[in-house]
Amino acid sequence: MPPSMEAAGLTKRYGSFTALSDLNLKLEGTKCVGFLGPNGAGKTTTMKMFTGLISPTGGKAMINGVEIREDKKKALGSCASLIETPEIYPALTAREALMMLAELRGVPKGERLKRIDEALGRVKMQEWEDKKVGSFSKGMKQRVNVASTLLTDPQVIILDEPSTGLDPRGMSEVRDIVKSLGNRLVFMSSHLLSEVTDVCHEVAMIDHGKLLVYDTISNVTAKFSDGGGMVEVGFSREVDDEPAGRIRKMEGVLEVRKSNGRHLIVKFAGGLEAQENLFEQVAGLGKGIVSFKETSSGLEEAYLKLIKETV
Amino acid sequence: MNPGPSVETARISTIAQVRIVTKYAFLNYFRSRRFYVMLTIVLLMSGLLTFAAGYYRPAFFGFGVPTTGNPSLPFYTAWWGNFVLLVTLLSVAFFGGDAISGEFQNKTGYFLVPNPIRRSAVYAGKWFAALIAATTMLAIFALIALGNGVYFFGTSVPYEFAESVLFAWFDLVAVLAFAFMFSSLFKSSAISVLMIVIMLLFVFNIVDTILTAVAGIEPWFSIVYAGSIIPSVLTVPYPTTFTAGQGPFRQTVFVPTIPEGLAILAAYFVVTALVGLYLFEKKEFT
Repeated sequence: MPPSMEAAGLTKRYGSFTALSDLNLKLEGTKCVGFLGPNGAGKTTTMKMFTGLISPTGGKAMINGVEIREDKKKALGSCASLIETPEIYPALTAREALMMLAELRGVPKGERLKRIDEALGRVKMQEWEDKKVGSFSKGMKQRVNVASTLLTDPQVIILDEPSTGLDPRGMSEVRDIVKSLGNRLVFMSSHLLSEVTDVCHEVAMIDHGKLLVYDTISNVTAKFSDGGGMVEVGFSREVDDEPAGRIRKMEGVLEVRKSNGRHLIVKFAGGLEAQENLFEQVAGLGKGIVSFKETSSGLEEAYLKLIKETV
Repeated sequence: MNPGPSVETARISTIAQVRIVTKYAFLNYFRSRRFYVMLTIVLLMSGLLTFAAGYYRPAFFGFGVPTTGNPSLPFYTAWWGNFVLLVTLLSVAFFGGDAISGEFQNKTGYFLVPNPIRRSAVYAGKWFAALIAATTMLAIFALIALGNGVYFFGTSVPYEFAESVLFAWFDLVAVLAFAFMFSSLFKSSAISVLMIVIMLLFVFNIVDTILTAVAGIEPWFSIVYAGSIIPSVLTVPYPTTFTAGQGPFRQTVFVPTIPEGLAILAAYFVVTALVGLYLFEKKEFT
């Protein structure tokens, strides 16, 4: 059975304030879904309800078909999460903190140390595994938190702004880790649209507690950013006007502009199919092209169009 | 890492999870500054009492006071009976005061709770860890008292002292459950600790005194009243409720019997543990 998460009429009210209103969202399969929205939109509230940190006022939050309120142990048995920036008991070492989770989650005794070493290795914290967490910086603690989600190879991973508090290298490393989490369903909130574009396949946007859109990034970009997607084409050397002119003439291309000396931003009409066609045409140019990737600019345009103002 | 997702981890029992939380929460206490501060307080108190007893040999400790029963009883009454409740109060404030509120304020709950574990297992695990830490303090205080008693009065240790130690531990169990309930009420560590100290140090005593003196009501609802069996059991014969004074100054002094005291402590433990668990289950990590 593929991993799944489902919010069915999920609602959260605090008195007269509605933090989340009747959210219906079903994520299924092994992929990464970005969860976007302005501050106070209801992203963290949603994730907290999926992890039992808060209870819904109405509706259901289900992981792999199991409602969290009905059987939290079963629902979260195949799910790991990182919500906000958790603190760890300060007098425990990184290894002990992860050992506690490994024991609680029922990792077989013989595998615990190996898994902990591997998880700490992935977040580059092996050197610090016997140091007390209380002496760690915020970024180091967040690395341990990220490692905690890798201990049990869960089917579902919920990440609430996982790169918060990390330096640029740490952010990049977390992105690489998330990208490497194939065979899993990853549900990740972030304010960094470039991060979501880089890491995720699909995106769900909410605002004022309501779901605005859920689709692939390409489709969202195509639908909500002047009807087009956006890619960045990288060249091995300084690019002159000639390739830009040729790309401009390609089918579906709306706009071509230089982002810097070796990159062109290409805006095109259509979704994934149009992007595929464009890729084939651009690859055939033979002008020292070294990269072709979706940019966050399209998603940003879609985001700004969908979300008019922040709270 | 393993190549693909695996959910072959065992579904571990809640009791086993309580044991795991207890182990790591105690480890966290044991290495914390507060553990050593509390230990220092206990050692300092014991040191001062030892110095006072050894250097001054006052009648307060039973030196030179004729008794009908075991001559060391007044010593244990003075040392243990007078100060053990302070050790209990401080231990509970240090280890239980913010045990649950800290999970919210310090955000450690965000590390533990979003796992396949019931909140009740986290609560119980932390309670047992706090109990072990507080019991350690009580045991150290009791052992030093015993050491001094044996040194000054010989090995004939009155069994009433053993009873009193046992009752003190029962009292600790109940007071810790009470403290955890308060800790579940608040999200601020400082406020929960302050409230517990105020309740145990002042509120119960004031209410007990007023109701006893003004209305002549036995404060059977008070955990502090129940705790008075700890020094009372060191008095032979066991004291009973009595009335003193004349006319408008006539006043009844209530003394709980041992079964009454134990029943009140048991009721406090059960009720506050259940209420605390309920509060923690319902409290939201907002």
